[in-house]
Amino acid sequence: MSYYLVILVGAVLVNNFVLSRFLGCCPFLGVSKKTETALGMSGAVVFVMTVAAAVTWCLDHWLLQPNGLGYIHTLAFILVIAALVQFIDIAMKRFLPPLHAALGIFLPLITTNCAVLGVAEINCKQGTGFFESVFFSFAAALGFGVALLIFSGIREKLAHADPPRCFRGIAVALVTGGLLSLAFMGFSGLVKLPY
Amino acid sequence: MTTAILIIAGIGLVAAVTLAVADKYLSVREDPRIGLVTAALPGANCGGCGFAGCDGYARALVAGTAPNGACAAGGDACAAAVAKILGVAATATERRVALVRCCGTRSEAIRVGDYNGICDCNVAAATAGGDKGCAYGCLGYGACANVCPKHAISVVDGLAKVDKRLCIGCGKCVTACPRRLIELVPASATIHVLCANPEKGPAVRKVCGVGCIGCHLCEKNAGGKEAGHFVFQGFLAKVNYANPPTDEQVAAKCPAKCLAVDPHVETGH
Repeated sequence: MSYYLVILVGAVLVNNFVLSRFLGCCPFLGVSKKTETALGMSGAVVFVMTVAAAVTWCLDHWLLQPNGLGYIHTLAFILVIAALVQFIDIAMKRFLPPLHAALGIFLPLITTNCAVLGVAEINCKQGTGFFESVFFSFAAALGFGVALLIFSGIREKLAHADPPRCFRGIAVALVTGGLLSLAFMGFSGLVKLPY
Repeated sequence: MTTAILIIAGIGLVAAVTLAVADKYLSVREDPRIGLVTAALPGANCGGCGFAGCDGYARALVAGTAPNGACAAGGDACAAAVAKILGVAATATERRVALVRCCGTRSEAIRVGDYNGICDCNVAAATAGGDKGCAYGCLGYGACANVCPKHAISVVDGLAKVDKRLCIGCGKCVTACPRRLIELVPASATIHVLCANPEKGPAVRKVCGVGCIGCHLCEKNAGGKEAGHFVFQGFLAKVNYANPPTDEQVAAKCPAKCLAVDPHVETGH
C-alpha cells in the first residue's frame, strides 16, 4: 500500500510529468487558458494514459520482448497508441455519449502526445510489473492534470494583469510556467523513489 | 530484421482492421442535416444565438427546438439557407448592431480621478466607481473591445466606438460593459441618443458637456409626443427604435449635442 502511495506522490509532485520531466508541454501551454478546458483535457489525459500504459505493457511483454525486438518499441507504441485513441473515440461516442461530449474534442489532440508516449517509454525502461506500470501511468497523468489546473488558474488571473507589451500573452505564460516548475523542484527529496 | 518488419506491419494491419470494423459497426450516424446546417451558419461561434457555438445551434435547429433566424451574425441570407435545408419558413430578422450610448470624450466629460490601474472597465468601475465624473458614461478601458470577436470596437479618445460594418450583433459587448450602456439597435436606424445619464439637466451638465438634459426638444421637433419617435426615461431621451425618427434635422437641433446622426465609425480593421 505504502509502495503505491510513494509512486503516487513521486509521480504527482516529485517527478511531475510537465514540470520536472518536461513532457506534454504542448497541451500545458495550449489548453491552459481556461480552467474549464484544462479540466476536460486533464480528464482525457488520465483516461488515455492509463489505458495506453496497459496496452503498451502487454504489447511490450508479450510481443516485442519475446521476439528480441525491444529496440523498436517506440515505433510500435506510436502506432498502437494512435490507433487506440481513435478506437476509444469511436467507442466512447457510441457507448458513453456524455463522457464523449466532455472529453471528445481533446481525444484527437492527445493521439500523438509525448506525455502518453513518454509514460509507455518510462514503463518499458523501468521494467515494472503490469499493475505498477498502470498505476504509475495513472499517477503521472494525475500529476499532469494537477500541473495543468494550477497553471490555468494562474493564467486566468494573469489575463487581467498588465505586463509590459513585449511580455504579453505566451511570453509571460512561459516565464510563469518556468517559475511553477522551479516551485515543484522544491518537492525533490520528499519521498525516496523506488526507481 | 524480417521479424521486426513483419511485426510492425502486423500491428498496423490489426489496428487498421479494428478501426475499420469499429467505424462500420460502432460509429454513430448523425443526421446529415446537422453538418449541412453547420456549414450554412457563419461559423463565428459567437454565442449570440444563446447556444455554445454554431454546432450547438445547428443541432437545436435540426431537432426543431430553436427558432430559425436567431443567428445575428448570418442575418437573413443565413436564415434563408437554413430554411432551404430544413424545409421550414425563415423568420425575417432585422440586422442589429451594437451602439455605445455615450459621446463624452475626454475633452467633453470630466474625469474626477487619475486612474492608473489595470486597463479594464470592470476593474476601473470597481475602483471607487471609476474615474469618470458621469456614473453612467463610457469609461473607455475597452472591456467591450476585448470581448468583440470581430474586432469591431475601438476606443478613441476615451470612448468606445463600434464599426457598423464589422459588427455581427452577437451582444457580447452588451454584457461585458459594467455600465450597461451598449445596446443592440437596428442597423437601419440612423439617429441615436448618445447618452445614458437619466439625471436632471444641471446634474448632467456638471459632469459632461454633451449629456442629455431631458429638454424634450428632440421630441417637439420630431412631431411632438403623439408621433412617438422618442421615449423618456427620467430626464433621458431614448429613440423609439420601433418607430425611429427619419428627419435628420432633428439631430442638428439638439442643444446638448448628444443626438447624433449615425455615429458608427470604421475601425480600420
